[in-house]
Amino acid sequence: MKKAIALLALLAAGEVAAKDVVNIYSYRQGFLIEPILQEFTKETGIETKVVFAKKGLIEKLKKEGKYTKADMVLTSNFSALLQLEDEGLVQPIKSNVIEKNVPKQFRDDEGNWVALTKRVRNVYSSKERVGKLDTLTYEDLAKPEYKGKICMRSGKHPYNLGLVASMIAHHGEAEARAWLKGLKANLARKPQGNDRAQVKAVKEGLCDVALGNSYYFGKMLNDPKQVPWAESVYINFPNQQDRGSHINVSGAVLTKHGKNTTNALKLIEFMTDNKAQSMYASVNMEYPVKTDVEVSELVASWGKFKEDALPLTKVSEYRPLALKLIDEVKFDL
Amino acid sequence: MRLNFSLSKWQFIAFATGFCLSLPLLFLIFESFQPDKEVFEHLKQTVLWDYTFNTIVLIFGVCLLSCVIALPLAWLCAYSDFPGKKHFEWALMLPLAMPTYIIAYIYTDLFDYAGPIQSWLRAVFGWQSPSDYWFFDIRTLGGAIVMIALVLYPYLFLIFKTALKEQSYKLVQASQVMGYSPVKSFFKVSIPLGRGAIAAALALISMESMADFATVNYFAVSTLTTAVYDTWLGYYSLTAAAKISGIMLLFLFVVIGVEKFSRRNQAVFERGASENNGPLYYLSGKSAWLATAYCALILFAGFVLPILILMSYAVSYFSEAFNSDAFLYAWQSLKIALIVSFVCVALSVLVNFYQRSSLSRWAGVPGKVASTGYALPGTVLAIAVLLPLTALDQQLNIFAESTQWFAEPGLLFSGSIFALMFAYVVRFYAISQGAIESSYARISPSLDMASHSMGVSAGNTLRRVHMPLLKRGMLTAGLIVFIECMKELPAALLLRPFDFETLATYVFQYVSDEQLELASVSALFIVLVGLIPLYLVNNTMEAKASHE
Repeated sequence: MKKAIALLALLAAGEVAAKDVVNIYSYRQGFLIEPILQEFTKETGIETKVVFAKKGLIEKLKKEGKYTKADMVLTSNFSALLQLEDEGLVQPIKSNVIEKNVPKQFRDDEGNWVALTKRVRNVYSSKERVGKLDTLTYEDLAKPEYKGKICMRSGKHPYNLGLVASMIAHHGEAEARAWLKGLKANLARKPQGNDRAQVKAVKEGLCDVALGNSYYFGKMLNDPKQVPWAESVYINFPNQQDRGSHINVSGAVLTKHGKNTTNALKLIEFMTDNKAQSMYASVNMEYPVKTDVEVSELVASWGKFKEDALPLTKVSEYRPLALKLIDEVKFDL
Repeated sequence: MRLNFSLSKWQFIAFATGFCLSLPLLFLIFESFQPDKEVFEHLKQTVLWDYTFNTIVLIFGVCLLSCVIALPLAWLCAYSDFPGKKHFEWALMLPLAMPTYIIAYIYTDLFDYAGPIQSWLRAVFGWQSPSDYWFFDIRTLGGAIVMIALVLYPYLFLIFKTALKEQSYKLVQASQVMGYSPVKSFFKVSIPLGRGAIAAALALISMESMADFATVNYFAVSTLTTAVYDTWLGYYSLTAAAKISGIMLLFLFVVIGVEKFSRRNQAVFERGASENNGPLYYLSGKSAWLATAYCALILFAGFVLPILILMSYAVSYFSEAFNSDAFLYAWQSLKIALIVSFVCVALSVLVNFYQRSSLSRWAGVPGKVASTGYALPGTVLAIAVLLPLTALDQQLNIFAESTQWFAEPGLLFSGSIFALMFAYVVRFYAISQGAIESSYARISPSLDMASHSMGVSAGNTLRRVHMPLLKRGMLTAGLIVFIECMKELPAALLLRPFDFETLATYVFQYVSDEQLELASVSALFIVLVGLIPLYLVNNTMEAKASHE
């Protein structure tokens, strides 16, 4: 038995990296990035291998140290990019192509990370009971008029943490805490489910407004079961009269000890280029970081909007504090 | 009374097992003593007590509900006869093959505001909005308790039923003669005698509920397990996460302590299993049908209904959900589960044999120590497994580099399916330990003495005397470990190598996106592959019974 196990382990470990391959740790579901990866393989002949997990990949990478097989990491939010950088798990991405494709505010000065797509933290409102909210701000959500009307997912989810951190960045800790308390008091139910489930709850009349990322609005229209959910709400871009809506990004890093860095770099370049960027825009309904790539027709129909210009690096400085505040006001309990 | 075989070899095996399986935990404990930038302090001041309270309620709730469901079922199946009993006896094990996160998902859909039940109620009563009527919310602590108990009660059912069948019928018959009603006999004879088995099963159930992540997370119920995740992946503090795991370990010791306490002064040695022939209570008329209805209800809620719903998903989303990948993942999951269950059973037989035969006061230690991995939530376990394995890999590579005897192997252990299998053995060893231990407890020491006095060696005693008597316990243990491996999710997510999926990890991609429908075929596979060993074990048992 032990021999058999040893043999199995050897077999598994013995799969030496093939010549043209890139190994990816991905926080994004396989089926989201699959079409782009297939296109990449078609163009370059480089095979892609993915390990997807929702949690813990960074820790795994850290423990593997210099023997890791992962060449790059794809993240679904900005905090993860910075964490990878902080933990010293990355190497600089040096590429003229990427520098040309990605605007300065969406990549690290040293090239430690690069953003690939943008998404907005929107407020969805019930067509029937609320109507369109063109002048709404995130700050308004803590006002008494929304008591018992708001649905959202866990405050600890990276998308909400990012928003809370941006509130701290703009208003300071004390005011952000008060806002968080007000928001909690306005929740129609304990934070639960994912972003789509919040829209569903609005459809069902459990609440009138919900927080959610922009691309879910498009994705719901692709699933027959979810079309009625999407059709029951308006998508609103908060804070258009002042600083603009809060955005987050998905992105990529090169791992420090990857064995196929050249291939990984090629893939990241590919992901910042027109074809992949427009695939992101059409398949995942996200906003491309490359400025001359058109958003999909559907996304364009939601209208142009103003982005919060505060640099993401600034926002994420407050992420640890945001988490502390969420525990302090027992937001999820 | 214990015997003194020559035990040095067995002692070595037992302690080596205990040591290897507790390594991840030792590394984690070491980690918990590192300084952690006051994260733990902050948690203590804010949410930690809520989490602890929820965890305690969850454990008690699941244990209580499991008892209510499983004890009567086990007794009915062991001692009485009613319509359909032959089928229920194995069918009532089926919910065990259901991953809790799938059952939770399905029931949420069912009882949701938009789900069929509430929609129907609204149509019937003309209600318009949620404010018009009250309906229970499944995404609560109570809901989580019901979901988890529905999946875990088979532990208690199986272990208690096995114990009842191995108990002497004479005692129950004696209680009949003395005029005890069936109910009185159940409370006065069967339960006290099955105390050890019940405690062993509840210990498993407690640990399993404590480590559950997927369900409580889906229901937005915060427990210590979710706190471990938050702390480690939100506050980036493995140290504080390890400290919380420390609290969970305390729970574990309490559970083990309670189990030990419940077995005090208990020495019931039976060879009576083979005298069992036929039921003791023939239920008739209304009571027989009541028994049938009760079995049917539990089976329906825990298995039939979820399966039907999964099937309906599979039919309506067949084109997306059915692909050849599912077969590959099924095969990969099957392989791992088979190897792990074999290793767990083999090791626990060896450890228990030593435990039984040794005179040392420390003989019980390896089995207990090796069982500690069960209480660790999967993700924490995954990291805890990586700690020693990556250290080993690093050393191995350094050694290779300096001696040049062989090429640098890279992540030989931590980067291959070895890591996953090791984690599973660490996590599920407790199950086989518990099952083998309670089977062993029923083998009379006089057999060992007889064997010893005839000059039979320790190894032969184990092989020729114990093993045949342990067969049922070994099968039970192997079966449960197998099914648990098929379902296990969090550790698999983190430890699987590139290009390797288990059915659970594949299904989870979709569950995490609240689109289980798209992976319904694979979810059915998890259940079906779990059914095969169930069927085999049941057949072996049946054959054995009829042979006797």
